[in-house]
Amino acid sequence: MKELLLIAVGSALVNNVVLSQFLGLCPFLGVSKKTSTAAGMGAAVIFVITIASACTSLIYTGILVPLDLTYLQTIVFILVIAALVQFVEMVLKKMVPSLYRALGVYLPLITTNCAVLGVAILNVQKEYTLLKSVVNGLGTAVGFTIAIVILAGIRERIEYNDIAPSFKGMPIVLVTAGLMAIAFMGFAGVI
Amino acid sequence: MKRALERLYNGIIKENPTFVLMLGMCPTLATTTSLMNGIGMGLTTTLVLVLSNVVIAALRNLIPNGVRVPAYIVIVATMVTIVQFLLEAYLPSINDALGIYIPLIVVNCIILGRAESYASKNPVIPSLFDGLGMGLGFTVALSLLGAFRELLGAGTVLGYRIIPEDFSISIFVLAPGAFFVLACLVAVQNKIRAAKGKKPQEGCNGDCSGCTNRCGNPKEEVEA
Repeated sequence: MKELLLIAVGSALVNNVVLSQFLGLCPFLGVSKKTSTAAGMGAAVIFVITIASACTSLIYTGILVPLDLTYLQTIVFILVIAALVQFVEMVLKKMVPSLYRALGVYLPLITTNCAVLGVAILNVQKEYTLLKSVVNGLGTAVGFTIAIVILAGIRERIEYNDIAPSFKGMPIVLVTAGLMAIAFMGFAGVI
Repeated sequence: MKRALERLYNGIIKENPTFVLMLGMCPTLATTTSLMNGIGMGLTTTLVLVLSNVVIAALRNLIPNGVRVPAYIVIVATMVTIVQFLLEAYLPSINDALGIYIPLIVVNCIILGRAESYASKNPVIPSLFDGLGMGLGFTVALSLLGAFRELLGAGTVLGYRIIPEDFSISIFVLAPGAFFVLACLVAVQNKIRAAKGKKPQEGCNGDCSGCTNRCGNPKEEVEA
């Protein structure tokens, strides 16, 4: 239990997926203009990464390892994730229309989110069991949500500030992200 | 020949994937802790880009339109796996330094973007040079970022000491430094664009199909 907690805190705060590992930067910089859309994106990412880490972990230990096909992991994982996102979209549309309306627009964007594939590969590299993989996936996704919601909040505040013309747009967002990364480095002492 | 040179110029200067199109941000920030790592990542991506562009251009009339994106992803993933094994065998130090970011080349927007907007519509040879140009443009950007971070953070360039150790600012080698250096480089570019009367840079909106559209140059498509 203690080990699981350490994995969750480690992946959510200490090794934050965006601010210290640079995975999932495209949505982090792109979908963070408003807090509400950022939260929607975060929720969709939590949903997909958790399911994807379970699926890829099962496929790796159940199919690739027994058949000695581990060298195919990159190809298999990306196809599984792409298919999974499509499948989740269809199921949500049919079964839980309210959730689909909230998350629907963000789901197609997630296939190309490198955090999903990154978590799947890290789980394999660290030789996590199924349970540990799911906890690691969930922690990573929660870390992503925390970071993107904070960034969106800051961007809403600085929108009408007087910023040097050259720094308007992307550069000021990058500087903000850099300052957040410094703050998150403070978590390094937690574990 | 003229077309090949035009493709190289387009990739390195006119549509530089990092500075102009703002694509492939994850490896750009993550692997540029030193100049050597930046060059390594840039050249690895170039190799994958050239190989996948050539294969996709060769198969462009065989792949049905409805399943083209999954087909491209499989081709790119295959090339990445091959390149990863080559690195493991011949350049283990680069492989260790880049680690998880090598398999993640699969989800680099630049590669799918070029496949969709150029290689799927053009013959093999121009696609090869398109991949080479874009890859070299990416390498130049990564080297620039890597060189700045290594110089400021560790006081060295390619391992040679330039600034005495007491004056190095180690935050530039760590994660926050990547954001700051890129912010400054984009700001410099905005300054240049403003002088030419162009609008400042906007990042991608997290939607890679949007990136693909921006990569696509409508004029070329008519030519082809």
